[in-house]
Amino acid sequence: MQKQLEKKHPLAIRWLHWINFPLLFMMIWSGLLIYWANRVYGIRIFGYELFAFFPEGFFEFLGVPFRLAEGLQLHFFFMWLFAVNGLIYVAYLAVSGEWRAVLPVPGSLKRAASVALYDAKILKKKPPQGKYNDAQRVAYTSVIFMGAGSIITGLAIYKPLQLAWLTSLLGGYQWARWMHFWLTILFVLFFLVHIVQVALAGWSNFRSMISGYEVVDAATTGDTEAARAETQG
Amino acid sequence: MSDDKEVLFEKVRELRNGDSSDSKNTAKILGEKRYLSEPVDADTARKEMFRRSLRTFLIGGASAAVGFFGWRWMPNEIKYGILRRTFEFNEKVSQLFYSPSRLSPEFPRDHVSPRRVNGFAGMEKEINLASWTLSVGGLAGRSDDLVLNLDDIKALPRTEMVTELKCIEGWSTIVHWAGVRFSDFAARYLPKTIDDSRPDIANSPEKLVPYVSITTPDNGYFVGWDMPSILHPQTLLAYEMNGEPLLPEHGAPLRIASPTKYGIKQIKRIGRIEFTAERPRDYWTESGYDWYSGH
Repeated sequence: MQKQLEKKHPLAIRWLHWINFPLLFMMIWSGLLIYWANRVYGIRIFGYELFAFFPEGFFEFLGVPFRLAEGLQLHFFFMWLFAVNGLIYVAYLAVSGEWRAVLPVPGSLKRAASVALYDAKILKKKPPQGKYNDAQRVAYTSVIFMGAGSIITGLAIYKPLQLAWLTSLLGGYQWARWMHFWLTILFVLFFLVHIVQVALAGWSNFRSMISGYEVVDAATTGDTEAARAETQG
Repeated sequence: MSDDKEVLFEKVRELRNGDSSDSKNTAKILGEKRYLSEPVDADTARKEMFRRSLRTFLIGGASAAVGFFGWRWMPNEIKYGILRRTFEFNEKVSQLFYSPSRLSPEFPRDHVSPRRVNGFAGMEKEINLASWTLSVGGLAGRSDDLVLNLDDIKALPRTEMVTELKCIEGWSTIVHWAGVRFSDFAARYLPKTIDDSRPDIANSPEKLVPYVSITTPDNGYFVGWDMPSILHPQTLLAYEMNGEPLLPEHGAPLRIASPTKYGIKQIKRIGRIEFTAERPRDYWTESGYDWYSGH
């Protein structure tokens, strides 16, 4: 069978994606070192704590306790790199036209649900998609907003006097801190789902995030005949 | 021939994703494009894919190794230096945007939270409030310390505020403070200037020496402040907390209260204040915390 190489991920996207990985890791790790000093959040129902963030053993296991100063040093260094990398990513999406592959449209949520049903083998027919399916579009766009949210809530905690208007807008200092924490939990959940999905999607898909290319069957690309006519004509 | 193969893949063709009649396909709605090479046999495709993968995996792997081991094996002095300089860079950025006219929100008095005590450095010994005095150094026109007592402080205009005290650990409490604005204190007891000109707190604070060092009577706790933050209208020399005189554990008889910086900077049980041109030592900075620690 004839094959085609499909250029899936531009060089800039690949670099920005992989650079973001250690940056996000360092932001979450240093955030954990900071959070330990006032570890107050949990999931509570009617005053009963179902789960505390986090059990003492979790902190002990990771060697987190008494490293607040180090956490602050790392957080306020990597915040610049994390923010700049994110801003370049958003600018690149806008300028290059890559946004066409990433953004959802009204109706994407419904189609994202179809993707989930297809993945769960409930729907037989694969929902139509471009490079990413609608569930990916929703997830990848959400994570951009989560990044923006982390920066905004972070600034509100970092400069609650000079940016008092922002801190007040978020409901005050402690609410801003609460949101900053939960956004981090969402990042971790995103990361876990992302890892599972990448593992399920297989080697060829993973490799394309490094090489940029993926081999596809010529027959399945749909546009091949038209493309052939185009180039021959 | 190999050149032809290059051309085949480098000139990957740009394709519109078919017709736009399919309204159920987000890719088509947004006009997403696909970039495909010429169709080739499976063997050629595999070889070309391997060639491209090898190159990018080597570059990627090398970059990851440089990043990971570069950070991991970086000598601690260098790493610490970078992080310390980042704190100082962040401080400069903060000061670029600093405005003394921006105020921290104040709260109604019934929002005051339960008291919370943290930190006893410099306060281990009992204090005799009756014999307490405040030494002030670095004043304009004199080289020795001026010695004041609490009545001298209380003679200055009284200011009250209900503000949020933020601990660097992440918790915060709302406190009702009463005391003297530090700027009122400095207007009465004038700091020296960098060029020995006449000090003018209100109109040319930039001429004043840029730092203030504040220490406990036993020098067990010490903080450094930048002049703009300490002259902020919400920085108080506080002698009352939540409607009563300061308790010993909260810094009796006189402490700094200010929403401009973390609690680590709001020194309790002040013994000496010095206006200085040198950046003062700071207790927690010596354990790796940000000297500025400003909001």
